[in-house]
Amino acid sequence: MQKQLTKGNVAIVKAAVLAGCRAFYGYPITPASEIAEAAALYLPRAGGVFVQAESEVAAINMLYGAAAAGVRSMTASSGPGISLMQEGFSYLAGAELPCVIADIMRGGPGLGNIAPEQSDYNQIVKGGGHGNYRTLVVAPDSVQEMADLTTWAFDLADRYRNPVVVLADGFIGQMMEPVEFAARATLPAAPGWAVRGDAETRKNMVTSLYLEPDILERHVRKLEEKYKQAERNEVRFESWRTEDAEIVLVGYGIVGRILKAAVELARARGMAVGLLRPITLFPFPTQQIRELAKHAKAFAVVELSTGQLVDDVRLALEGRAPVEFFSRVGGNAPSAEDVLAFVEHTFPGSLPQPVAVRQEELIHG
Amino acid sequence: MAIIGKPDRGSVEMNAEECKGCGLCLEACPPKVLHLAEGLNRYGYHPAIYAGVGCTGCGICFFVCPEPGGIRVFRLDAVAAA
Amino acid sequence: MASYTVTHQKARAFYDTYERKAELQNQTHYCPGCGHGIVSKLLAQAIDELGVQDRTVLISPVGCSVFGYYYFDVGNVQVAHGRAPAVATAVKRSRPESIVIGYQGDGDLAAIGTAEIIHAANRGEPITVIFVNNGIYGMTGGQMAPTTLLGRKTATSPLGRDAMNEGFPLHVCEMLNSLEAPVYIERVALGNNKQIMHAAKVVKRAVENQVKGLGFSFVEVLSPCPTIWKMQPVEAQRFVRDEMAAVFGLCNFRDRTKEAQARPARAASPALEDLPRLLDLGNGSGEDAVAACPPQELDLRIKVAGFGGQGVLMLGEVLAEAGLDAGYEVSWLPSYGPEMRSGTSNCHVRLANHAIDSPLVSRPNVLLALNEPSLRKFLPAVEEGGLVLYNGSEIPGDCVRSDLRMVALPFTQLADELGATKVGNIVMLGALLEATGILEQGRVVGALKRLVHPRFFELDLAALARGRGEFRESASDDYLWGV
Repeated sequence: MQKQLTKGNVAIVKAAVLAGCRAFYGYPITPASEIAEAAALYLPRAGGVFVQAESEVAAINMLYGAAAAGVRSMTASSGPGISLMQEGFSYLAGAELPCVIADIMRGGPGLGNIAPEQSDYNQIVKGGGHGNYRTLVVAPDSVQEMADLTTWAFDLADRYRNPVVVLADGFIGQMMEPVEFAARATLPAAPGWAVRGDAETRKNMVTSLYLEPDILERHVRKLEEKYKQAERNEVRFESWRTEDAEIVLVGYGIVGRILKAAVELARARGMAVGLLRPITLFPFPTQQIRELAKHAKAFAVVELSTGQLVDDVRLALEGRAPVEFFSRVGGNAPSAEDVLAFVEHTFPGSLPQPVAVRQEELIHG
Repeated sequence: MAIIGKPDRGSVEMNAEECKGCGLCLEACPPKVLHLAEGLNRYGYHPAIYAGVGCTGCGICFFVCPEPGGIRVFRLDAVAAA
Repeated sequence: MASYTVTHQKARAFYDTYERKAELQNQTHYCPGCGHGIVSKLLAQAIDELGVQDRTVLISPVGCSVFGYYYFDVGNVQVAHGRAPAVATAVKRSRPESIVIGYQGDGDLAAIGTAEIIHAANRGEPITVIFVNNGIYGMTGGQMAPTTLLGRKTATSPLGRDAMNEGFPLHVCEMLNSLEAPVYIERVALGNNKQIMHAAKVVKRAVENQVKGLGFSFVEVLSPCPTIWKMQPVEAQRFVRDEMAAVFGLCNFRDRTKEAQARPARAASPALEDLPRLLDLGNGSGEDAVAACPPQELDLRIKVAGFGGQGVLMLGEVLAEAGLDAGYEVSWLPSYGPEMRSGTSNCHVRLANHAIDSPLVSRPNVLLALNEPSLRKFLPAVEEGGLVLYNGSEIPGDCVRSDLRMVALPFTQLADELGATKVGNIVMLGALLEATGILEQGRVVGALKRLVHPRFFELDLAALARGRGEFRESASDDYLWGV
């Protein structure tokens, strides 16, 4: 299909409907509101359901109901609303219900502001709700990926019977880029375990309650095994000019884009810099980062939060290489030039020798 | 009391093994033909039991009993009564 | 020999044996004399009599009735504390043919789930809600409920509930009765035979209303909790009859089942092939597909800035849309939020013949400043050799940079002359197109056609032409800026 200039928040909805999403339950919040607005327009057109819930708490529980009934469903919010939804995340994971939740991150804590941050990383990737569960997390860096990863998120959710979060920031949600949507719409049949209110599914049951310790342990082990399986099979990342990189920059979402520009600036200065951009935040590209440490001398993590992603990079490296950290928060984003300055300042040894620079100048006169 | 030769209008079957002995059926029974057994069932409750005669088949005990399968109520068939 | 026929026995809507229960699989987990057992029985009876067992989905709450799925041989969904009405809403909307029954206690429905029940009722969700009010938290061991009677001692009101400290017992039916949407609201009790038999009828009505496709039906059942109340079952029954019923009042608050309209069936879903069109996908221009190759080398990093209302974002969007149409890679990134409505507004636009790395423009090579503050704010970042268009009759003296090509034109005034201040942004766009020669006129016209209201289309075309003309006249012959 022809590329169409589309806003990130709208791309999510269009991709979701094409992927068979027929239910959206949400509550407005900047900078995610356009998702609910687009859903209010497009879900009914597709024969689906849109409800503006009384709160994020209600919205996530409506998602629980729709998922239990076997309908591909989604919601969207931002930091404060996601905090309220955490109860539901835990129940959804516990009851093994598939659904997709978009988190378009804004500044925090508290009311913070509505400008972009990446400070929901911990509450999404580490699980803000109670109990032994994980959410699978995909992190788009473009509007095209908003669409593509949303499509994938629905498949992942069904395959793992688990909530999947599309974790983006206000920049990605609000910006417009050309998107090529899936040429064909799909509508998977309701899964066999769903409670559809008919004779065929009368014996089906959805619950997260396992009163007997042994039975709950078995259930938790089953969930644990699913997450391990995801770690084996679903890791996605983008590796950009890392083959010969001495310094590997790590960042996700909009930061990945900025880092790409920074890599180009650094390369133009003769520095061997590359980029590792996690596309899945859980499962995390632990092995891939560890692999890069065989050649890279150092890593630098850049994020729009005060040190959340960096923990996972450090855990992945287990001390194999030094990890430096640079962040902006509050709605600020570093420019590619800022990142370059940080890299030059932090790794002075990686700058080309002054002699080489002079030769370069001579050649180009 | 039922008169011999004329059958009761109803009958009731108390599931003594599942009864928790709450006594609500005794209180509810209009002809007062239910009572708690002196002995205990396997759970350690004095279960409600039917005296054997005098049931009208009204079904009230069925509704007040909190156990879904605690009580079955029967009514005398019209043909047989004739 | 007299023969007898069974008239009352365990409802078919119950499982014969409760296999989901770990032990004692013929008996409920409820205490002797518990009202939940009775309410369950009335509900199962109603499901049987209405013949809807196959269609029923029971929403089990948190509290003593958390194990509804042990007993009811229907579709079962167990949910978080207080959220049954939200879950029920979505199950019903997902499966309109199903009979969705929410079953909640007083802590669940009237405390933690107050918002959910009020809004489900207010939306008139065509579901049935059974609210078991025993004035206490049973499962957690006897803490105060929102419906605990004044003076009653509980684990968390050890001196007795005091209105000054804990407020008054919450009257949920009365609250819901203040809403327009509910169809049926009644409070019943399990205080004696008569009350129980009436409750049976009311529970059945509440399910039947849903079978008929009517709206929200709600039954509150005043119910005994002998164990936590520390009463004998018969004494507890008396308490329900004499004390609770006196405080809450037994009443049919609402019966609009006669006036209520059955809900229309949802429209048939469209064919999957129609979805792209319904999602407004495809070539909106109705013209040929995008040019395969970008017409020229290009790396425009544009910053558009001004006050909210000056059309800053729209100017950027037209550029991006036209750029895409012309075969370039494009990105458009707005500042967003309250500043969209007042204060400053800006957006970052990139057009390139190669993949765009960062959509954030930190070193613009084009600055479109619609007012002076924006000029001052972003001018220092403009790359050497860049182009600045400024909305004013001249560049302020202290803003002149000799390493840039700077052009001042009173775009807003030019728009005023066209009769609409708001097209100042498009006049500026015309000047930019003239200055850079980057986009064919047709691409821009096509973008405008798709993006602006038809009412303003002609005006925008005039604005575009005016911008081009003014720039040509004002600029010297070196205006073709380095592309």
